[in-house]
Amino acid sequence: MEHFITEVSFHHEPEGKEFVKKVIRTTIILSVITIIELLLGLSMYAFPMAALLKLFLKGVIVILSLAKAFYIVGVFMHLGDEVKNLIMTIVLPLLIFVWFIGAFLYEGSSWKNLRNTYNKAPTVTAPAESHSSGEHH
Amino acid sequence: MATAQAQVDSKWWSGGKSPFNVEYGKLMMWYFLMSDAFTFGAFLISYGTIRFSQNYWPDPNEVFNALPFTGHANLPLAFVSLMTFVLIVSSVTMVLAVHAGHHNDKKGVIKWMIWTVIGGIAFLGCQAWEWTHLITGDHAVLINGEIKHIGTTVTMNPWGPHVTIPGQEGHISTPGPVAFGGYFFGITGFHGFHVLSGVVINIVMLIMAWNGTFERKGHYLMIEKAGLYWHFVDLVWVFVFLCFYLI
Repeated sequence: MEHFITEVSFHHEPEGKEFVKKVIRTTIILSVITIIELLLGLSMYAFPMAALLKLFLKGVIVILSLAKAFYIVGVFMHLGDEVKNLIMTIVLPLLIFVWFIGAFLYEGSSWKNLRNTYNKAPTVTAPAESHSSGEHH
Repeated sequence: MATAQAQVDSKWWSGGKSPFNVEYGKLMMWYFLMSDAFTFGAFLISYGTIRFSQNYWPDPNEVFNALPFTGHANLPLAFVSLMTFVLIVSSVTMVLAVHAGHHNDKKGVIKWMIWTVIGGIAFLGCQAWEWTHLITGDHAVLINGEIKHIGTTVTMNPWGPHVTIPGQEGHISTPGPVAFGGYFFGITGFHGFHVLSGVVINIVMLIMAWNGTFERKGHYLMIEKAGLYWHFVDLVWVFVFLCFYLI
């Protein structure tokens, strides 16, 4: 039974006040990132801008969200303090998302292009880009 | 130190200790969360696929612009920012509950668990308001040459491109892609259900802590596992927030 005791009694957390400080710092970082994301999201609404710039801002927001995820998993969930092999068994399978996201978004946009090229049935076409700027209440 | 470390490493898998240095339940909680991440990921990617396949998609700033008690004021993303903040704060109080648990501080655990439960319930309340607002908030939409007033549901989407009709006042739009409502309610609903079950789990943990169950056990590892689940719910919200509200 000895192994069981060592198993559960192993704490790998920095002690006391130091940790609480780290939590407070992380909270501030998460809040600030969220506010930056909101400002970027709202700027796309408030100012008319080119599609490419919009895409760039969306990319920035995605990267900021990934940073938030990193802080939540690393600090709040303490994954960073675990044994490396354990971290790898969680993180490596998630790499499939790289293919998953790329392949399916490509599929979606290809679907759109094919429909726009070959399907001549009356569909709602987009005044898309200019539409989001200005004059709704 | 280095040799001691090497000795430990060589015996790591030879039995007698947990190779991953965590307790069984915690490890399994991690694997459950990983599988849940795939479920949410698949939902969000499916949403992305459909969104990429459409020529037009509603602008979230236009759809989510209401705040309780402000009438028809145009406040894009204000309410959802509040919801995000509520969830982040309840995640922080959960961290502090787990931290108190590490120090076998029963009072601290109870105090922070109560705040976490309150945060979870507040988030659910906000979501209930938002859903109600979307479903019951009517908008003038031109359907088959007639103007109808519809809300956002899984079969109706009033957020299509705007049209101007001579002799008609106000904003009139055409129907938007129907998938919008289905994905929005489906995915935020699935997340909301996770929040609900998280709140139930946290209440159970609170009662057990209150009754001294963990004190008798000598450790608060159950709080740690509930904490992992709760943080995961917060983590998923980061991506739901990203996909539905920001981009």
